[in-house]
Amino acid sequence: MSGERREADVAVVGGGLVGAAIAWGLARSGTRVVVLDEGDVAFRASRGNFALVWVQSKGLGMPEYAAWTKLSSDLWGQFARRLAEETGLDVAFRRPGGFHLCLSEREVENRAAMLSRLHNQPAMVKYDYEILDAGQVRAMLPQVGPEVTGASYCPLDGHVNSLRLLRALQAGMQQFGAGYLADHVVETIASRDGGFRLTTRQGEVRAGKVVLAAGNGNARLGPMVGLDVSVRPQRGQIIVTEKVAPFLDYPIVTIRQTDEGSVMIGDSVEEAGWDTTVGAGVVSAEAERAVRMFPHLARLNVVRTWAALRVMTPDGFPIYQQSVSSPGAFVATCHSGVTLAAVHALVVAPAIARGELPAEQYVPFSPRRFDVSATA
Amino acid sequence: MFRRLPDTNAGTVDVTIDGRSARVRAGDTVAAALISAGVLASRVADVSRAPRAPYCMMGVCFECLVTVDGVSNRQGCLVAVKPGMRIDTQHGKREVER
Repeated sequence: MSGERREADVAVVGGGLVGAAIAWGLARSGTRVVVLDEGDVAFRASRGNFALVWVQSKGLGMPEYAAWTKLSSDLWGQFARRLAEETGLDVAFRRPGGFHLCLSEREVENRAAMLSRLHNQPAMVKYDYEILDAGQVRAMLPQVGPEVTGASYCPLDGHVNSLRLLRALQAGMQQFGAGYLADHVVETIASRDGGFRLTTRQGEVRAGKVVLAAGNGNARLGPMVGLDVSVRPQRGQIIVTEKVAPFLDYPIVTIRQTDEGSVMIGDSVEEAGWDTTVGAGVVSAEAERAVRMFPHLARLNVVRTWAALRVMTPDGFPIYQQSVSSPGAFVATCHSGVTLAAVHALVVAPAIARGELPAEQYVPFSPRRFDVSATA
Repeated sequence: MFRRLPDTNAGTVDVTIDGRSARVRAGDTVAAALISAGVLASRVADVSRAPRAPYCMMGVCFECLVTVDGVSNRQGCLVAVKPGMRIDTQHGKREVER
């Protein structure tokens, strides 16, 4: 381990799931990596997320994102096995397929229509999904309540223990020699002599390449290396119950039982800036829908609620780009750091190591799609 | 290990602990009753399976979770004993149905 390394082939800014996955992928291919992270009080989506590895419904408006998500889902099994073999940490990846439950006929119709539009897009990747009626849902999920009228089901959906994933990635990257610098908020990045100099209050770090994986912090850091990264925080609120014996075999997009038995509830979306306050109105609405879906949940004790901030781009799709004005500077940012961890570790990291994000795979994810003059 | 304060002079109530009759002090909490009845491991941890016992006795640590009258995961230190109460130590995760 080289926790105090000050020089590296690649400096990764951000030690959350995106940064740690890329750093892990780089380090295990022999690249000398240093990760600069914030402290414990950072806005850290990696510690507040819902931990789904989710495919269904993603990519309306960008079929390449649907294919990218499916690729990550397909790579997740081998990714989890490697982490377990190398770190001894089981991140509890399961892919039994997942449900989006509906509480009225109208919700079922809207869901079917949305998925039909998604899958009718030209160049849409092919995969199976089903619209299920109430009886079909009950056959697979006997615990649902009488108000459940139907669902969409996709066999590619799954979930994971995302806190253990973050721990496994950080342990794994350090096993392969990556340095990890906590409390190193990057203040400036300068391109110098074909490399980069990153300044922090704890001193300076030099690297041949730099990867911006700082979540919402990328909006501030991007312009330092000629990258326009339009990301904003978007609040989500989550409820977690006491641990109970296993009763829910499949993740629902709004409800899942963790490997250790807790039930997580939540899918709220709010534009609230940097405010991470939990609102009773939002969590009670989430709880009310959850209890209509699974009436037994009403008996459980809630042990915590929290709010966390997603990293949201203008169209909701990820951004991957190498800087034109400062070659060697990359940005990788998305709101799906759990789902996409496998592609970040196994596909994006090797591309960054080679110094190029191949156009055929990455052009759709360039932030140039937000440039009005380029698309007019 | 524990001794009664000399000024407590309450009566007793009869309860069951894991199905066995026990006579405990009226006014005690379930956690105190378990300790005074010599039941130190009141549950096993949900994940590690380690035996656990009442610890803070003031509602903070959640170590004393027990099943009271069929309801799981009650904080034993915040529930007063009542005549006929069924107190059961916990040996696994709660079932969602109860």
